[in-house]
Amino acid sequence: MKKVPFFVLILFLFAACGGSDTETTEAEGTAGSEETTAEAPKSMVGDVSQYDPHRGEGKFTSVDVGDKLDAAMATEGEKVQGVKCASCHKLSDERLVGPGWKGLTSRKKPEWIMNFITNPDAMIDKDPELQAQLEICLVRMPNQNLTDNEARSIYEFMRKNDGVK
Amino acid sequence: MKKQLFGLFAALVVLIGFNACKPKNTMTAVSGDAAAKAYVAPGKFDEYYNFVSGGFSGQMSVYGLPSGRLLRVIPVFSVDPEKGWGYSEETKPMLNTSHGFVPWDDLHHVELSQTNGEINGKWVFGNANNTPRVARIDLKTFKTAEILELPNSAGNHSSPFGTENTEYIVAGTRFSVPGDNDNGDVPINSYKKNFKGHISFISVDQNKGDMNLAFQIKTPGINFDLARCGRAKSHGWFFFSCYNTEQANTLLEVNASQKDKDFIMAVNWKKAEEYLKAGKGEKQKVRYAHNKYDEATHTSKSEIKTDVIVLDAAKLKDICYFIPCPKSPHGCDVDPTGEYIVGSGKLAALLPVFSFDKIQKAIADKAFDGEYDGIPVIKYDAALYGEVKKPGLGPLHTEFDGKGNAYTSFFVSSEVVKWNIKDLKVVDRQPTFYSVGHLCIPGGNTRKPSPKYLIAYNKITKDRYLPTGPELSQSAQLYDISGDKMQLILDFPTIGEPHYAQAAPADMIRNNGQYKIYKIDENKHPYVTKGEKDSKVVREGNKVHVYITAIRSHFSPDNIEGVRMGDEVYFHVTNLEQDWDVPHGFAVKGANNGELLIMPGETQTLKWVPDRPGMFPIYCTDFCSALHQEMQGYMRVSPAGSKTPLMYSLGAQSPDAEAVTEPAKK
Repeated sequence: MKKVPFFVLILFLFAACGGSDTETTEAEGTAGSEETTAEAPKSMVGDVSQYDPHRGEGKFTSVDVGDKLDAAMATEGEKVQGVKCASCHKLSDERLVGPGWKGLTSRKKPEWIMNFITNPDAMIDKDPELQAQLEICLVRMPNQNLTDNEARSIYEFMRKNDGVK
Repeated sequence: MKKQLFGLFAALVVLIGFNACKPKNTMTAVSGDAAAKAYVAPGKFDEYYNFVSGGFSGQMSVYGLPSGRLLRVIPVFSVDPEKGWGYSEETKPMLNTSHGFVPWDDLHHVELSQTNGEINGKWVFGNANNTPRVARIDLKTFKTAEILELPNSAGNHSSPFGTENTEYIVAGTRFSVPGDNDNGDVPINSYKKNFKGHISFISVDQNKGDMNLAFQIKTPGINFDLARCGRAKSHGWFFFSCYNTEQANTLLEVNASQKDKDFIMAVNWKKAEEYLKAGKGEKQKVRYAHNKYDEATHTSKSEIKTDVIVLDAAKLKDICYFIPCPKSPHGCDVDPTGEYIVGSGKLAALLPVFSFDKIQKAIADKAFDGEYDGIPVIKYDAALYGEVKKPGLGPLHTEFDGKGNAYTSFFVSSEVVKWNIKDLKVVDRQPTFYSVGHLCIPGGNTRKPSPKYLIAYNKITKDRYLPTGPELSQSAQLYDISGDKMQLILDFPTIGEPHYAQAAPADMIRNNGQYKIYKIDENKHPYVTKGEKDSKVVREGNKVHVYITAIRSHFSPDNIEGVRMGDEVYFHVTNLEQDWDVPHGFAVKGANNGELLIMPGETQTLKWVPDRPGMFPIYCTDFCSALHQEMQGYMRVSPAGSKTPLMYSLGAQSPDAEAVTEPAKK
């Protein structure tokens, strides 16, 4: 809670810099009547100082991951992957449209992965590593409107892909 | 100094005075702050959505107000190759009628759905004037969801006007004709004997919006023009303007203007419902198409229906009453309280205002002037509240501001006239450029108008825009009506001919649960491809079904071989994107067809019959990413009877090479 005033102050400063920008921000914030909760308000874009490169930005702050694989969840994740991810990502380390998935779970924290796949736009704008990736791929990862459960199950499938048993 | 100021003031008065006398040039009527009032800065939203009829384009357009920026053209009754409307297999049934596939119509009027006499933001209806139909557009998708054809009708002009809870949308026939069930092969000069009018009452499901032709009322053979529902105290009644009570069948310009007065027809639709329930209607055999689009399967179905129940207004005495109204009334508009009904006789030099209470009393007292073809005619004075004297020339249509004022358009004198309903005095008048038809105030036909702007939809633009050859731009004009005087603040061009339009507050429409995407896991299209692993090509005789996916920025498969001359190819394209504003397009060289424009999560089908062997590129037509120009593929077409095996792939050079997607085994 203590952070709130500081956050508000930052927002205020940004609004002040951008002229009378507050109306636009409000309008865009409410334009999406549903499923836009993960979208950052535009006034936050570029506020890199607040960005945590380990956690990323989004609704996931900590994810409980078991030692062992949840096989049923991984199977669910594989189904979602087939519809929403496989067009662009291989399971090997080879790049298709985006990078291959092999080894991802050992390089990135689960929070970062789940935030990125549910909130790609805001993170591409701030994460230095993602910006570097964009220079290679040239296609911004689309927001595939994953539910929280879908995101979690995809992560479990990524673990399976990385050999977790 | 004072003298100078006075001089300036006097000059101004003189100038204004001159302008007032001679308002018909392009520069008058615009004052200094007009631009600021209509200006919406880049990146800002407009205050209102304006749904405007596209006239003979057959479509409906959506503008933002006050900027006049065109936001979207919704294809309704005419094919639209840009959006695949009427070209994709999924949308072709939407344009089916009892006459077969009809690719064009003439959309005149729009009607936003209401709850308790206020706009609710769910649907907007439009009429087809030529081949009589009513369409419902879903405002969650801005897409035509349903089209219902109307039997016993010709020239569906008096339509689509709704009741206070959109219980019904009505549709009155402009041309009277012999009923569909009667022999229509009769001499035209037997009009008085054989021609009848019909008014359709289309019920609307309050939750889903589904339309149903509940019943029709058979009337004398006259022309119906416009209509308005009663509201508040007059809920349960409907009012229709009627002309050609002379029952002329030739040179109507002269012959339908003989009488001093035509009629407004008052319909007690609650009473009609009672008769319907009591089985007083006659079931007739007719044929009409009822077409629905299903957002779960992304496909439409056309059903031919064969029954309609008709109530005869001449026999069921207390449904319909005629009220004499001067000279071929066009508008017949009910004020927000439901008490006053304004008739706009387009050849009359006055505006009659009728009183609902007086009409009720006249009916109770039987204050009739006899009958017209079996329908009681109420005495003019018994229904009249009062007349606005010498308001202008050629009154057409009236909207209301909810503050006791009415605004009437005058076609011949090209002006909008604001007048007070209670004392019937003219308050203000402003020129239009030129020949105004309908007016629109947001909510101006409801219990609660939102009286900030008034829009005039003009028939002629003449010298208002850069000329474009023989056909000039169509246009609308925006007035600020927040003050005592109307102020012209903007001209904006429109598509087709803008007849009537309605407007609603932006927040109501944009927060109505609009779709951003179609959820791919809820896609029930019979030819959906959920993921590239399921993409495939299947031959069924000479039909080749291509289950193909699109995502930034490739198709799967993108190489297809083994199609032969004589085949019919169906590209079932599923857009795998799940992000807002990422449609993909699809086109194939030489297709005698439109393109597809596929929304995220949607499946649409393009039929293609190759006309020659060879190589046919396919590509994405809607710029989708930095690699959009790479989003392409090839179709190989071999001669009839060729042995080329059916193959498809993505990322493979030949059947031998490793494919990302497994090549076909065949």
